[in-house]
Amino acid sequence: MKYLDEYRDERIARNLAAEIGRRARRPWTLMEICGGQTHTLMRFGIDEVLPPGIEMVHGPGCPVCVTSLETIDKAIAIASRPAAILVSYGDMLRVPGSRTDLFHVKASGGDVRVVYSPVEALKVARAHPNRPVVFFAVGFETTAPANAMAIWQAKREGLANFSMLASHVLVPPAIRALLSSPHNRVQGFIGPGHVCTVMGCREYEQLAREFRVPIVVGGFEPMDLLEAILMLVTQLEQGRAEVENQYVRSVTYEGNRLAQKVLGEVFEVCDRKWRGIGQIPASGLSIRREYADFDADTIFDFEGFTVPEPAECISALVLQGRKKPTDCPVFAARCTPEHPLGAPMVSSEGACAAYYQYRRHMVAGAGAN
Amino acid sequence: MAPAAKMQPGLACPVPIPARDFVVLGHGSGGRMSADLLRNLILPALQNPVLAQLNDQAVVEVKGSRLAFTTDSFVVKPLFFPGGDIGSLAVNGTVNDLAMGGAVPLFLSLAFILEEGLPMEVLRRVVESIQRAAAQAGVVVVTGDTKVVEKGSGDGLFVNTSGIGLVPADVRLSADQARPGDRVLLSGSIGDHGITILSQREGLAFDTGLQSDTAALHTLVADMLGASQAIRCLRDPTRGGLSSALNEIAERSGVGIELQESAIPVREEVQGACEMLGLDPLYVANEGKLIAIVDPAAAEPLLDAMRRHPLGREARMIGTVGGARPGMVTMRTRLGTSRIVDLLAGDQLPRIC
Amino acid sequence: MCLAIPGKLLTAEEHNGVRIGRVQFGGITREACLDFLPEASVGDYVIVHVGFALSRVDREEAERSYALLESMGLLEGELQSDLHDSESSPGGRAGAGGRPL
Repeated sequence: MKYLDEYRDERIARNLAAEIGRRARRPWTLMEICGGQTHTLMRFGIDEVLPPGIEMVHGPGCPVCVTSLETIDKAIAIASRPAAILVSYGDMLRVPGSRTDLFHVKASGGDVRVVYSPVEALKVARAHPNRPVVFFAVGFETTAPANAMAIWQAKREGLANFSMLASHVLVPPAIRALLSSPHNRVQGFIGPGHVCTVMGCREYEQLAREFRVPIVVGGFEPMDLLEAILMLVTQLEQGRAEVENQYVRSVTYEGNRLAQKVLGEVFEVCDRKWRGIGQIPASGLSIRREYADFDADTIFDFEGFTVPEPAECISALVLQGRKKPTDCPVFAARCTPEHPLGAPMVSSEGACAAYYQYRRHMVAGAGAN
Repeated sequence: MAPAAKMQPGLACPVPIPARDFVVLGHGSGGRMSADLLRNLILPALQNPVLAQLNDQAVVEVKGSRLAFTTDSFVVKPLFFPGGDIGSLAVNGTVNDLAMGGAVPLFLSLAFILEEGLPMEVLRRVVESIQRAAAQAGVVVVTGDTKVVEKGSGDGLFVNTSGIGLVPADVRLSADQARPGDRVLLSGSIGDHGITILSQREGLAFDTGLQSDTAALHTLVADMLGASQAIRCLRDPTRGGLSSALNEIAERSGVGIELQESAIPVREEVQGACEMLGLDPLYVANEGKLIAIVDPAAAEPLLDAMRRHPLGREARMIGTVGGARPGMVTMRTRLGTSRIVDLLAGDQLPRIC
Repeated sequence: MCLAIPGKLLTAEEHNGVRIGRVQFGGITREACLDFLPEASVGDYVIVHVGFALSRVDREEAERSYALLESMGLLEGELQSDLHDSESSPGGRAGAGGRPL
């Protein structure tokens, strides 16, 4: 496929890796923000071709992994109502809430449907006008405009039975939280290419300046990641801390203004709990008052519905890049994708799941049956 | 409670393990959940040496003849899809399970579970399709059964077929016979059936000219056995895809298997759908493909024989059996690195993120 | 996060005030909403996420940056490093957001 296959070229990838080796005179610790980038690193074994001094730690950019326990429990509560239809992106179904997951709710008779696009959630609502249809809207800034558009469209049509359980999260506050931590050891970031496709690069400049850290907005194919790493290493070796754009074929400085506009029309910034990390100020998006009729949080009475997040756990350290999945004592032993103990093992983009799926054989004794 | 929390306070994920008190769809996915169900619930109750073989078919000796016996249920939605329908699938699936044991398929049984309210025309079309597929495969439906359940207790129409065939005396194919050095052959592109079905699913719909690959493979097997006897094992990678079939062989034979990513044929329709939905073609179902584990010296003659058959034209050698990492399937990626090809936990889910 | 892939825009039409396109990804096609990308025209490659086109692949940028990456294999050693010190090389490229501040 054009713009995909040619970015998986072995020869160019190896040349890029060799060039990174020539450039890097000191060891560097870098973080890829996106779970999608983690997935590519693991799926293509990019860590194997990188010079030993370059350590990649994996960021919190997996919306499935960071959706709070409380939000999952709300989705489960909605799906358990006899008349309701809960519509969700596929990867949310296996994430455990505090007692069960959506798969089990479905198995016990809950009407839970998987869609690829919020447009399909609207179709479900139109087809079942007498039943409440709730779309479980998670995601970062990339997904938020599409979900916003669904609400906007529902309002325009007067689709009264449609609502959204929105749990959007924002990347820059998460980077800020990571960089503000006294334990931070990340020296450069591969920025989230598709988030920046929507939001542009501006927000990242302040972070780069304030924390003296280079950020290279990167794509998702092996060559994209290797080039982004090369650009980061180049900056670090030269003592620069700037925002650069590797993913030029998709990302512009301004981002997609129309998408930003719709996003701002429907959502507003709010504080948000991140699973495994805790509350991060101004790190989420919630539905504006003007669209409250479509806000499942308002429509369904969740008064007093609070689920305490675990204060400190290794999944938090993994999501912050302070631990590798393989540092966990139960990784691949008692924590597996069939029986996940933590969210990063649940989503196929979670760092633990990616390690389990592609890298288990590198861990002495772990997982080999 | 989180058992992990006790091990090393502060270093565990205090998220409870969800209870597994119900059957969920993942138990039928052909991945690790299916294997666990079999191992933990079914096999302990029914254990015997033939069942323990866990091949696609049982081969039993009856008065000097070697009978292959198999059964399969079909629950596909929609009932009719590009390239086939539940009827042709039910015939070909069971014929293939027999063929993977090297058997000549002879007789089928046919059982319907029908839901009240199913249009008679739908049933008629399915029966006609079964008739055509059976005639094409040269098998005879010799017994059957029909049950009707109340509206809401079924999904229109379920089919079960069982099959009996004869295995020639000198043919012994089994998943526990792979040896280091053996080659892995694949008869054609992967994922065609699964992606065709997915393209019809509400909520995911996309357009593709792709057709299910459903086909009876026994004549291809016959041609292969005619070309060489040095075949250790055949499998048709249905549910759970290539990955499940190869993991089973690796585990049963106690060997490692290494695949070459670049050698595995994937149609651009399948690649496109997988990229869009975040799926891996290695886990997507096939209904008319086989993998063969063969002696290295027989690989070329077998590939030649396969390529001469209409169902094996795109046959490729996709990997080798190795001694390292027994029980594990790994893959040389396009970048020349290595990664695990794991059994999938449950169903592969489209991911947005 | 945010699985999005490039596809070729085959058609673009208005339906009830919403601009919908058919986008080809390898061997499949699917509808995508074009409301965030009114400038997309038939023949363009667009990046699609959950059924919404979010950006137009900048063909010239893509070709230029790819050519640079490809040229890396033809050069070795110091020559290579020199190339990367220059402003236009992948290692030192100032992208849209990457102009030194």
